[in-house]
Amino acid sequence: MSLPLFPATEDPGPDFAALLRRTAGPDTKAPVNAESPLAVRHGTTVVTLRYVDGIVMAGDRRATEGHAIAHRAMQKVFPADRWSAVAIAGAAGPAVEMVRLFQVQLEHYEKVEGVTLSLEGKANQLAQMVREHLPMAFQGLAVVPLFAGFDRRRETGRIFTYDVTGGHYEESDFQATGSGGRDARTTIKLGWREGLSLSEGLDLAITALYEAAEEDSATGGPDLVRGIYPLVAAVDSEGYREIPGSEVADRFSSLVERRRLGAAGSTGAGGGVARR
Amino acid sequence: MTMPFYVAPEQVMKDRAEYAQKGIARGRSLVATNYRDGVLIVAENPSRSLHKVSEIYDRIAFAGVGKYNEYDQLRVAGVRHADTKGYTFSREDVDARSLANLYAQFLGNVFTHEMKPLEVEILVAELGSHGRPNQLYHIAYEGTITDEDRFAVLGGEAEAIADRVEQGWQPEQELSAALGLAVGSLEGPDRRLEGSDLEVAVLSQNNGRRAFQRITDGNLDELLGSVRREPNEPGPAGGGGQEPGEPSGEGAGGTP
Repeated sequence: MSLPLFPATEDPGPDFAALLRRTAGPDTKAPVNAESPLAVRHGTTVVTLRYVDGIVMAGDRRATEGHAIAHRAMQKVFPADRWSAVAIAGAAGPAVEMVRLFQVQLEHYEKVEGVTLSLEGKANQLAQMVREHLPMAFQGLAVVPLFAGFDRRRETGRIFTYDVTGGHYEESDFQATGSGGRDARTTIKLGWREGLSLSEGLDLAITALYEAAEEDSATGGPDLVRGIYPLVAAVDSEGYREIPGSEVADRFSSLVERRRLGAAGSTGAGGGVARR
Repeated sequence: MTMPFYVAPEQVMKDRAEYAQKGIARGRSLVATNYRDGVLIVAENPSRSLHKVSEIYDRIAFAGVGKYNEYDQLRVAGVRHADTKGYTFSREDVDARSLANLYAQFLGNVFTHEMKPLEVEILVAELGSHGRPNQLYHIAYEGTITDEDRFAVLGGEAEAIADRVEQGWQPEQELSAALGLAVGSLEGPDRRLEGSDLEVAVLSQNNGRRAFQRITDGNLDELLGSVRREPNEPGPAGGGGQEPGEPSGEGAGGTP
């Protein structure tokens, strides 16, 4: 490796991805026109919601390959930097790689420029990465992240969602994505109100994941046998922090307890035809 | 046609060295020293935004004296090198030694091959881990690299300042003591530096993954105040003498 110095007119600036292209040469991504024949790991349900001091983000831990469970303790919620979090759904390999590049990108900008990007700037950066990934999405390897963080200029939590084309949209209150995203979103919609406390926000996110796991086979519920629980994080004016596993476990056990008492009578899974 | 003059290579090198030294001597100096929890870097720098001391990677800091645009270019190259290496391999594989070597090679090359040598002196500091001690690599304008294990002084009056640091240096000193020593050494006998004249940063074991942290404004004044009270003033009435207090500013500083 040599010292990466550039003439002033060709300087890549604080853009790490541009620097990588400069130093690493052309990358060999996307095979062209091949219907993805491989079993690829997919990540599933992630949710985020705004509470009074910031945002809560949570994701289940299951990764699937087709109908098989590929991994039971996958991480889908990551700190993007000190003030923001990113969660992923879609093809696990490219998604995790995208997060890694995104993390380096934000830190790189901060070190080169001496200031952090605005939250909106970070959201735009991620949108560009998703857009660059579009050819892979056509091959069936879509990556759909969720991005949320604490905006230190506006002093509030903000949430951004993406589609596979790199379109990004700001959500005012909450969002969920992945295969169980629909169920999770409905759950949050019923429980959300302005001014949730952190504790209420955590409970709501956990409930949403629980509901999604009940309805969606690719979303993992709490694994009481191995002690694997969804990953939950909060970002507020103090920055990103992961909620300790023991606390998540406690919240889950009280949720399960409530359900057991409440649903002693009703059984069955609605109207669908049960398959064997 | 004019005859080209013959100039002895010794003379060329001497002239270039003199030129670089003069450029560096115009700027203000900088002291880096080990303390109990890491490395403290104190630079005389009245600017709040044109930094002499900055973060390169998780446990690596950069400091430069001399011409700002020249050492800042080196700083950015260092950040790029470290981030690329950490991304390609692993965060653990980024080390100060290889970066310092690259800097030394580059400075040496420029010194011998280019018209004008770079008028800079730089420091690459690495916080030790897993039983390895802190490393301070001091790289001079012509590419000479020295590995200091206690403290390093960069800049025009380096020798005089280094003498003063030498006299007061103690192993395992507290942050406040190290800051007092560094500021006192930069000041010399007949000047007094305030918080607004200084740029202070630490690589601290207490900061988690990204060890670099600036100590700014309020925290710096507070820390500096506690240092200034200690040595000779016997405190308020009774003169019981204040205990050398815990470093108050540390850990609570601004965002890194």
